[in-house]
Amino acid sequence: MEVLAGLSHGFGIALQPMNLLWCLAGCVLGTLVGIMPGLGPAAAIAMLMPVTFSMDPTGGIIMLSGIYYGAKYGGSTTSILLNIPGEASSVASCIDGHQMAKKGRAGAALGIAAIASFVAGTFGVVLLTLVAPPIARFALSFSSPEYFALLSLGLALVVLFAGESPLKAALAMLVGLWFTSVGIDLFSAQARFTFGQSALLNGIDFMIVAIGVFAVAEVLGSMQERTDMQLMDVPRGIRNLLPSWEELKACRFAFVNGSLTGFLVGVLPGAGSSISSFIAYAFEKLFSKHPERFGHGAPEGLAAPEAANNADTSGALVPMLTLGLPGGGTTAILLSALVLWGLKPGPMLMQDSPNVFWGLVASMYIGNLMLLLLNLPLVPLFAQALRVPAYVLFPMILGISVVGVFGVAQSMFHIGLLAGFGLLGYAMARLGFPGAPLILGFVLGDGMERALRQSLQMSGGDLGILVSRPIAAGLLIAAVLVLLMPLIGRFNRWRLRSIAENE
Amino acid sequence: MIQRAVRDSDVIAGSVLAALGVFIINEANKWEYTGFDGPGPGFFPLWYGLAITLLSLWLVIGRLVTLKRQPDTTIDWPGVRRALGTWAIFALSVAVMPWLGFALSFALMSFVMIRVLFAQSTRTALLSALGLATGFYALFPLLLDVPLPVGRLGF
Repeated sequence: MEVLAGLSHGFGIALQPMNLLWCLAGCVLGTLVGIMPGLGPAAAIAMLMPVTFSMDPTGGIIMLSGIYYGAKYGGSTTSILLNIPGEASSVASCIDGHQMAKKGRAGAALGIAAIASFVAGTFGVVLLTLVAPPIARFALSFSSPEYFALLSLGLALVVLFAGESPLKAALAMLVGLWFTSVGIDLFSAQARFTFGQSALLNGIDFMIVAIGVFAVAEVLGSMQERTDMQLMDVPRGIRNLLPSWEELKACRFAFVNGSLTGFLVGVLPGAGSSISSFIAYAFEKLFSKHPERFGHGAPEGLAAPEAANNADTSGALVPMLTLGLPGGGTTAILLSALVLWGLKPGPMLMQDSPNVFWGLVASMYIGNLMLLLLNLPLVPLFAQALRVPAYVLFPMILGISVVGVFGVAQSMFHIGLLAGFGLLGYAMARLGFPGAPLILGFVLGDGMERALRQSLQMSGGDLGILVSRPIAAGLLIAAVLVLLMPLIGRFNRWRLRSIAENE
Repeated sequence: MIQRAVRDSDVIAGSVLAALGVFIINEANKWEYTGFDGPGPGFFPLWYGLAITLLSLWLVIGRLVTLKRQPDTTIDWPGVRRALGTWAIFALSVAVMPWLGFALSFALMSFVMIRVLFAQSTRTALLSALGLATGFYALFPLLLDVPLPVGRLGF
């Protein structure tokens, strides 16, 4: 009953004309962002956040979230037509999507991607609606030790899943913790790591780090890997975009597999939609009666990852909205947006700001429908965005980055910091250090330090408080196990290699 | 072997991070570790500083141990030069922004990027740069009321 009442309240909010408009704007922008290779949703949301400061928080979060899930729809277009993923989560969609296009089924591939995205996106929102309230209720019993343990588990999962090397992910996360310490310590008023700069006394604004590490670094990375793109013809007319009955029938299990896998993986902090889409693809191939068709244009090979990367967005919003724990770079930026609007993401959000929580959830049902209606007939139009030359796009992204940072900080010093973080983000990507753990370390570091210090204040400095409370102890044990998993894997690989060498 | 180790990206990154860790520990030692109210401002940085130092040393040592077995990686130097060139142009435009203002420094940055890095004709570069700067000026301060950095020239 609580869910139904909340949802009907949410629809009342989301169906207001201005909120519908923001939802549409977010979906359109998201689709365009997804289509553009070299511009991800994290960068786009970070750049646009300053524009939303003057907006009503409900409208603002509806629009920014629209960009987040809209990008997942758009990403497939580039994968299918160019064999270049529009964003990271669309990599798996290239495998069979582009093969379908090469066989003259580009329209059907785009149609399958849109339908899979709609089915999984809606399925994900239904699950989000159902699981968020009980999780938030459970989290209400959390105190500082539990929060510290929860944040530790979140960061451990991020370290485990982000990038090929957990060691490098851990280092990136720790550097994020360092950045968050810059400025005045709220407990003691001690200035830390300010290097004598008064501009750093208030700390480093999250926006500067996010825009630098995502937007500026993406431009630099794209400049390095500049490739010529050959756009395939996009079929016009809705009839040419609808898949055949046989193709849809082949995809029916892929829709379910992708939806479930995507949502479950999305809930895990750090897992990210590229992981969920590859897992869904692997499951689909594993259980298929015709695994030999995969990689040669199997419709289900496109439907499964597309469904997964859309259901993943709803999954990722569960810990962000109910626990205040973002699972990736984009959700970290959305979380910061909520904080900047004066809201407190976490278990109290549903009670304190029902308009924002339920309005956002309801808008996602509407947004998914909008995206289906927009994407099927308008794909040829959206694909024209790929014709924007890189020499116009890249300076434009750098310009928007500067405007975004200046809008937040109103200082040239911080624009200089932006250039520094851009170079850092680029260097990290080249050296194999993932950016998401740094961002999450930065976002969660402050709360983690506060929770730890409050816990130790409560116990008079006794660290035992972290393991004497059952929930905190359970979460910390889980965090330690998660951090040990790569070591076990490494041990196993070493063991197997040793056996092979001995033989 | 030593030459290869000195050039290795993981060894360099690990060494820089180890130095950062030592710096953090050194700074954290100057602040109170625990006080009357519980942990002080030096408590948290000391622990993550230690973690950075240990993990980065692990990265360096792990890399040095396996260096012989690893194939020599090739670096796309033209690509790196293009990326760093872009950054240099961007950083330079940021540096001159307090004097020239956003519109002018952004137009200059766009012109140099398009002309030099994208090897477009001077005419295309000029028109694109002017179009972009005008578009930004029309969209942000005029339409959206979002401020842009103003230079000594007053715009």
